[in-house]
Amino acid sequence: MNMLLRTSPLRRVLLTALAALLVLIASQVLDPFRNFQFATIAAYLCATAGLTVLTGLNGQLSLGHGALMASGAYSVALIQDAFGGRRLAAGWILVVTLLGALAVGVAAGAVIGLAAARLQGPHLAGLTLGVAVIVPSLATTFDALFGGEQGLPVQAAQPPLALGATFPYERWQVWLAWTITLPTILLLTNLVHSRLGRDMRAVRDHEVAASLSGIDVARTRVVTFTVSAGCAALGGALLAVLTQVASPGSYPLTLSVFLLMAVVIGGLDSLTGAIWGALLLVALPDLAQSVTGLFSFPPGEAQRWEGNLPTAAFGLMLITVMAVAPTGVSGLQRRVVRAAADRWRARRPNPGAETP
Amino acid sequence: MDSSGLMLEGVGLRFGGLTALSDVSLRVPPGQVVGVIGPNGAGKSTLFNVICGLLRPDTGRLLMDGRALRRLRPHQLTRLGVARTLQDVGLFDGLSVLENVMAGATNRARAGFASALFGLPRSGRDERRLRDHAREVLDELGLSGFADASPPSLPYAIRQRVALARALAARPRLLLLDEPAGGLGPEDIDKLSTLIQDLPRRADHPCSVLLVEHHMDLVMGVCDEVVVLNFGRVLITGTPDQVGDDPRVAEAYLGTTVEAAA
Repeated sequence: MNMLLRTSPLRRVLLTALAALLVLIASQVLDPFRNFQFATIAAYLCATAGLTVLTGLNGQLSLGHGALMASGAYSVALIQDAFGGRRLAAGWILVVTLLGALAVGVAAGAVIGLAAARLQGPHLAGLTLGVAVIVPSLATTFDALFGGEQGLPVQAAQPPLALGATFPYERWQVWLAWTITLPTILLLTNLVHSRLGRDMRAVRDHEVAASLSGIDVARTRVVTFTVSAGCAALGGALLAVLTQVASPGSYPLTLSVFLLMAVVIGGLDSLTGAIWGALLLVALPDLAQSVTGLFSFPPGEAQRWEGNLPTAAFGLMLITVMAVAPTGVSGLQRRVVRAAADRWRARRPNPGAETP
Repeated sequence: MDSSGLMLEGVGLRFGGLTALSDVSLRVPPGQVVGVIGPNGAGKSTLFNVICGLLRPDTGRLLMDGRALRRLRPHQLTRLGVARTLQDVGLFDGLSVLENVMAGATNRARAGFASALFGLPRSGRDERRLRDHAREVLDELGLSGFADASPPSLPYAIRQRVALARALAARPRLLLLDEPAGGLGPEDIDKLSTLIQDLPRRADHPCSVLLVEHHMDLVMGVCDEVVVLNFGRVLITGTPDQVGDDPRVAEAYLGTTVEAAA
């Protein structure tokens, strides 16, 4: 039974249900602002999870995931627009817009993935960097379609009336965002633990040996990029729904870089790292604000500190992680858990019939 | 004419002005171990890369059991019953030993993307089948104890053996071994030699072997037939004894022809 639980998809479904319960509890406890932040973590998590699969498991470097998030966000705005002024409260419109954003991301990912299948390392980084540079400038250049610097408005997703007229809006945002993100993570985990996940890692480790083992290297790369881009677009779409805007300013080149830094700090070799990464992306600016709040700066200076401290802290963290713990926060976490488990087992005289 | 096994007919390949292979013909019949030897730069590795589809020949044909291997891509090779080991071992360092061997059996995986994504039972069954089979191969090669180990933590001889297990996991009818004795001590070479000789005779999924090797004792000990390459051409083909006695072979190795080439 233990073995069955350890490896089966059933265990993952149970874990996801447990996570959903925790989200539900958290959404009751947190104040509205924290709830909003909690919801944005879900949006970023889609993107960081996709990037972890791409970079960590498949070894493809992408500097363009911020732009892929933008493609999801703009898709939401444009599809909503196509539905005319209809209220988004009609739940199915929201589902259609998110699916549409996912489809756009998947298509973009397939195109970039096909172009990237024969590229490696710096060349692939160059290609995706190009995408990250082009997308925001496309948005500002074709301002009739994309709304220029202002971007496009996105309708808020109102809580369904069934929840009562006084249901807190931010709590609904949390529910909505995590309802999308948790199943996404579940599916990604399935994929990572399947043959395809093994193929991805084999291709990352030794391309020639992978192809001689019967793995279609190019196909594996394209599929991984497509999946990863779909996740990023879905994350961008969620973020647009949460912030009610799709603008070039929300998806600058630095977002792509931050996403990559976040997954590296979080830990590239597991999806747990992606959770740490998403948490960091949302929490860091906030932490910086609290830190600068501790000092009594004049208003102008405080603003400058708040603006730059997160970036600096992020950079410092990356350097520290690279130097001290290359497996990232999730690697550290694994080591701590393992040490604790060892100690616990050592205390019990008979560990029983359990085998690792 | 019997055309089973691997056949090369008049294979030629040029890199710019350099002739890497010229009119190479050879055959690896089922149940046999064939060795390819020759001095450095004779074209042994190039020959392997042509057979694997890593390089395309300019002229000539390759046939596996009478089927022409045209426009072959490397990952299709195992489906045709051909597996290959690499000179640099080339294990997947981020995968466990068991996973490495499972990866070698990819040609027999059935479940596709959707069943993997949704964690359907079909995908789980498929993985269990591959895992069971990988364990069998590890057993056969005496590697069961290393199943959960990470390759970089293992000694070279064991890693070499894991690479062999990975290739055998594909259940090939022909196994290409690229300098398997490189870096091994005498004791491990003896074990390897027994292993190679057993491959065509084993009860389940016997396979013939094409072996590129520098280690003369190994080649002479295990091969039914030896092909000597020199400057990209087949110098002679014969039994180990015939090849060992041929003065042209010694000449090629001792380099009296080097002046002519230079």
